[in-house]
Amino acid sequence: MANQQDFAEEAMPMMTQLYSAALRMTRNPSDAEDLVQETYLKAYRAFERFEAGTNLKAWMYRILTNTFINSYRKKQRRPTETELDTDEMYLYNRLGGLEGASLGRSAEDELLDLFGEAEVKQAVESMAEHYRLPVLLADVEGFSYKEIAEILDVPIGTVMSRLHRGRKQLQMRLYDFAKANRLLPDDAEPMAATSTTSTNNPDSEHDT
Amino acid sequence: MTPEMEDCCESDSDQCREALHDLFVYLDGQLTVERRQMITGHIDRCAPCFERYSFETELRQVVAQNCRDTVPDSLRLRVAEAIGCDPSLADSVADED
Repeated sequence: MANQQDFAEEAMPMMTQLYSAALRMTRNPSDAEDLVQETYLKAYRAFERFEAGTNLKAWMYRILTNTFINSYRKKQRRPTETELDTDEMYLYNRLGGLEGASLGRSAEDELLDLFGEAEVKQAVESMAEHYRLPVLLADVEGFSYKEIAEILDVPIGTVMSRLHRGRKQLQMRLYDFAKANRLLPDDAEPMAATSTTSTNNPDSEHDT
Repeated sequence: MTPEMEDCCESDSDQCREALHDLFVYLDGQLTVERRQMITGHIDRCAPCFERYSFETELRQVVAQNCRDTVPDSLRLRVAEAIGCDPSLADSVADED
C-alpha cells in the first residue's frame, strides 16, 4: 500500500493548484488556507487507503471539495435560472465585432487585455457554486468529465450540463466585469436612445 | 469574404450548427473519434467556425492562466508541519509569468 512518506513528495507539489482552487471556492484567503491545511491533513491520514497507481490529484481534489462542501460552504445562494437562457457563445457574439475579421488572429492578445487576473477571478468567484466547481475542475484543473463526476459525486450527465451552463454563466460574468472595470470600449454596447432632445427646441412656445 | 475557405458557408448552415452544438465537448476532448473527426473536418474548411473555436480555446487559456495564486509561506509551513515534511517540497509559481 501507499506509504505516508511518499505522500509528501507526491502531494506537496500540488499546493499551488489546491490553494488556488480553495481560494476560488471559499473566496477568502484565510478560509482557503484552513481548507488546504485540512485537506492535506485528511489526505495524509487516509493515504494508506489510497490505491497506489491511481489518480492522486483527483483524490486530493475530492477531499478538498468534500471538505469545502461540508465545512466551509456559506449559505447556498439560489441559482438564478433566468440568466442562463442565453446564446451559446455569449462573449464571442459580443466581442467578435470589436476587431472585425482580424479577431481570430489576435484573439489571445485581445482577450488577455480585456480579461486580466482581476476580472477572471471576480467572474469565477461570482458564479453559482454548482456551476463554479465543475467549471473550475474542468477549465482550470483540466479534469475529465469522469474525474469530475467522481470528485463531485454526481453522474457524468450532470457534470456535462452544469459545465455547459456554467461556462455560459462565466462568459456573462466576464463580460459584466470587463464592462464594470471599463475595459470594454463604450461602443461595445449601443448607448440608450436619447430621443427626447430632438423636441427640446427654444422656439417650442410657438407650437399651438 | 474568405476565398481560401471556399467550401463553406453561411455561418448558420446545418454543419455549423452541429459544430457549435458540440463545441464545448469537442474542446474538452470528449467526443467520439468519429464525431471529433467530423467536426475537425468542418472547422478546417469553415472560417467562421474556425474563429469561434479559436476564440473559445484562447478564452479557456486566459481563464486558466489567471486563476493561479501564490501560496503564502505561512501555509507552506503549516502544511509541512502538519504532515511532518520539508516545506520546500511544495511547489511555487515563481517560474510562471
